Amino acid sequence: MFIPVTMELLGGFWESIKVFVLTLVFSIPLGLVVCFGSMSKWQPFRRLSDTRLHALSKWMPLRLVTRTFVWIIRGTPLMLQLIIIFYGPGLMFDLPSMGRFTATIVAFAINYACYFSEIYRGGIESIPQGQYEAGQVLGMTKSQIFFKVVLLQVFKRILAPMSNEIITLVKDTSLARIIGIYEIIWAGEQFIKKGLIWPLFYTGAFYLIFSGALTILFGKLEKKLSYFRG
Amino acid sequence: MSVLEVNNLRKGFGDTEVLKGISFSLEKGQVLAIIGSSGGGKSTLLRCLNFLESPDEGEIWVDGKQLLSDSEEEVRQNRLHFGLVFQNFNLFPQYSVLENITLAPTLLKRSSPEEIRKRAMGLLEQVGLTQKADAYPYQLSGGQQQRVAIARALALNPQILCFDEPTSALDPELTGEVLRVIRGLKNGGNTMIVVTHEMEFARSVADRVIFMADGVIEEMGTPEQVFDDPQSEKTRVFLRGAQEKF
Ligand SMILES: Nc1ncnc2c1ncn2[C@@H]1O[C@H](COP(=O)(O)OP(=O)(O)OP(=O)(O)O)[C@@H](O)[C@H]1O
Ligand SMILES: [Mg+2]
Repeated sequence: MFIPVTMELLGGFWESIKVFVLTLVFSIPLGLVVCFGSMSKWQPFRRLSDTRLHALSKWMPLRLVTRTFVWIIRGTPLMLQLIIIFYGPGLMFDLPSMGRFTATIVAFAINYACYFSEIYRGGIESIPQGQYEAGQVLGMTKSQIFFKVVLLQVFKRILAPMSNEIITLVKDTSLARIIGIYEIIWAGEQFIKKGLIWPLFYTGAFYLIFSGALTILFGKLEKKLSYFRG
Repeated sequence: MSVLEVNNLRKGFGDTEVLKGISFSLEKGQVLAIIGSSGGGKSTLLRCLNFLESPDEGEIWVDGKQLLSDSEEEVRQNRLHFGLVFQNFNLFPQYSVLENITLAPTLLKRSSPEEIRKRAMGLLEQVGLTQKADAYPYQLSGGQQQRVAIARALALNPQILCFDEPTSALDPELTGEVLRVIRGLKNGGNTMIVVTHEMEFARSVADRVIFMADGVIEEMGTPEQVFDDPQSEKTRVFLRGAQEKF
């Protein structure tokens, strides 16, 4: 039985890995966009500051919209978001289905982008103002300050929370079964009908090996960046 | 002719006026010490000179050129007339000592990489840290970090080098090495503005002294005039207080 079970589970795990990798590919850059939105200081009514409508002048719509969106996504279950993204467009707007797999990636990418954006924001805001000022005084441009001074420091600071989140993602991929993605746990469950429980434990081994490998990888990265402090 | 002339500089934050019309000038090669009690606006003045704050009003002339501008790019160019050494160093932690010094000149394409490196090593020698070229900031004492910060500022050849309480974040036994470096720079002919609480140092190194209180220049003159024969009551009270502390 071992070989056929292994083959079946490998098939399911391949789906899980696809969800994992594609989610990261989209959510890591998308998170940066969300992060910039939630830090935006854009004040379209700034000019009103000396008028009776001065309360409006401090209004930062982009920041407000982004932070509300992040709050909603982080405050509701990913499973609910999966279901809504898969069934919602068809039921609400009569749109053709985007397919199970696409819906999964869309839901995961948005969800994880929101989590990542908050990690990025925490990292960026934790860099002391003095670093920016030192760069400015030395005649650097804004982008030089971001890329040459701030970025690596942020990267170092967010590495630990990012690795936590990414390891959570490994396990979250199993949620995709709710809209019919045949991932590894579903594959393992097939064998219950045949009276076998061990394939389920076996799926656990896949997760353990994969998250173990990620832990080692992040540990290596952390070590690489340990040459400086700050 | 003066290398620096500041005319009627004003700066407020919200409703509080922090600089209420500051005017002074500085000759090439001179050292100006700015003293004054906490909250008097000394840091704000230095930050205006380095364009970290934009003044509400006034003029800053260097070598006969007015520097205040609304264009971000012009500001970036103009601020290079000045250098600024911060109270808490603000070295870049991910770069070695040498890289901290060469980063800005390299980005500004001041000269060839070898030239920049050679000059940086020369500056490290000047501040007595040749041995530490490859160390990282966290491996240095506060006094050493501040000396690197001075070398980093010098690497861009500013016409006027500003210091905002360069020894205030240091343990007492480390202030001497930093003050010695600043003294050495004066002997090398650098024009400098030093905000400091070290009265003895101000007296001995400065050509001119300004006492600031509540956003105005309360007293200005040679060290002898300001320290030995202050005209304003506020200055007298401040100096008496400063003496009692030591
Ligand atoms: N960004 C800011 N926003 C609001 N108020 C500010 C800001 N920066 C400075 N101030 C205020 O301006 C006043 C002058 O501050 P400044 O730092 O220039 O004083 P200082 O003379 O350098 O004092 P210290 O000796 O304590 O360094 C203080 O009352 C301070 O609270
Ligand atoms: Mg100050």
